Amino acid sequence: MEDQFIKTDILKPENIVYKKTSLMTDKPLSYCPGCGHGTAHRMLMEVIDEMDIVDKTIGISPVGCSVLAYDFMAIDMLGAAHGRAPALATAIKRMWPGHFVFTYQGDGDLAAIGTAETIHACNRGENITIIFINNGIYGMTGGQMAPTTLPGMRSSTSPYGRDVTTMGHPLKITELVAQLPGVYYVTRQAVHTPNHVRKTKKALRKAFELQKENKGLSLVEIVSNCNSGWKMTPVNSNKWMEDNMFPFYQLGDIKVDGKLVVKTETSEKE
Amino acid sequence: MAKVIGDIAIDIEKCKGCEVCLAACPFTVIAMSKEVNSKGYRFAMKVNNECTGCTNCALVCPDGVITVYRAKVETV
Repeated sequence: MEDQFIKTDILKPENIVYKKTSLMTDKPLSYCPGCGHGTAHRMLMEVIDEMDIVDKTIGISPVGCSVLAYDFMAIDMLGAAHGRAPALATAIKRMWPGHFVFTYQGDGDLAAIGTAETIHACNRGENITIIFINNGIYGMTGGQMAPTTLPGMRSSTSPYGRDVTTMGHPLKITELVAQLPGVYYVTRQAVHTPNHVRKTKKALRKAFELQKENKGLSLVEIVSNCNSGWKMTPVNSNKWMEDNMFPFYQLGDIKVDGKLVVKTETSEKE
Repeated sequence: MAKVIGDIAIDIEKCKGCEVCLAACPFTVIAMSKEVNSKGYRFAMKVNNECTGCTNCALVCPDGVITVYRAKVETV
């Protein structure tokens, strides 16, 4: 019992080592239980908080599940039409070159509707940061097949699994834009375990630091789960993601300091 | 002897019961409740005193409902 007393005794503000950042509003998130969006939002806000750039940051919320991101992030935000977030970000960045501009997009938004905007913004090398959440499905509209859906993966519009002969192959848009000379930093991370969350935060921090140095576009892809769309429990969907998504969408840096990273045996094992 | 101990506080009304924090905790401090909150979700709760304040659970919590405390206490 004495031990219990000591435990409750440390619940004081001066002993806090981790709490939700003040840049996340108190509004309950509209996402499903276990969705990676919440963690990604929080890491992004923590980076902005730690860099102390709140009054100089403008975010663009996309169309999709995270369309209400402006309700949850206590920063200046704009909503873009379907897939047009990089175009809007380009405009804002050119008007205010000293501001930090980021877009937060899902795979249906960035890799399907907004492919042209994404590729051309990357090709122009705009000084913006694109945060790309890849869950291999259109989560908000009911789990339809997205360009990033894996071969054989079931969705509501591919109930027998994605057949690559008729439905095409999954689009690795992150690797695609990494080839463009205007892109300076490209990485792929995840947010389902503490270790991955820490790595994602570091990657986001780096992306924003590069924006300060006017180096070019940085793209951080976060492979995430969609337990409602995949019809699994959150824990099982994270496991499924590790077993099926990660072999295809390999985590790690793809382009660092404007140079493509050459994958070796040791770096893949990580 | 000084010892570092940790503790967590969970906002049970905002918890959606996704159980992601259970897998992240290295000392199985967290378990799911039998009761439900006002939205009908079973919520995470602390069940023992093994917490070291590592912040793993709070990092992976999608809804950010966990606050972690850590303090150095003198033990005899």
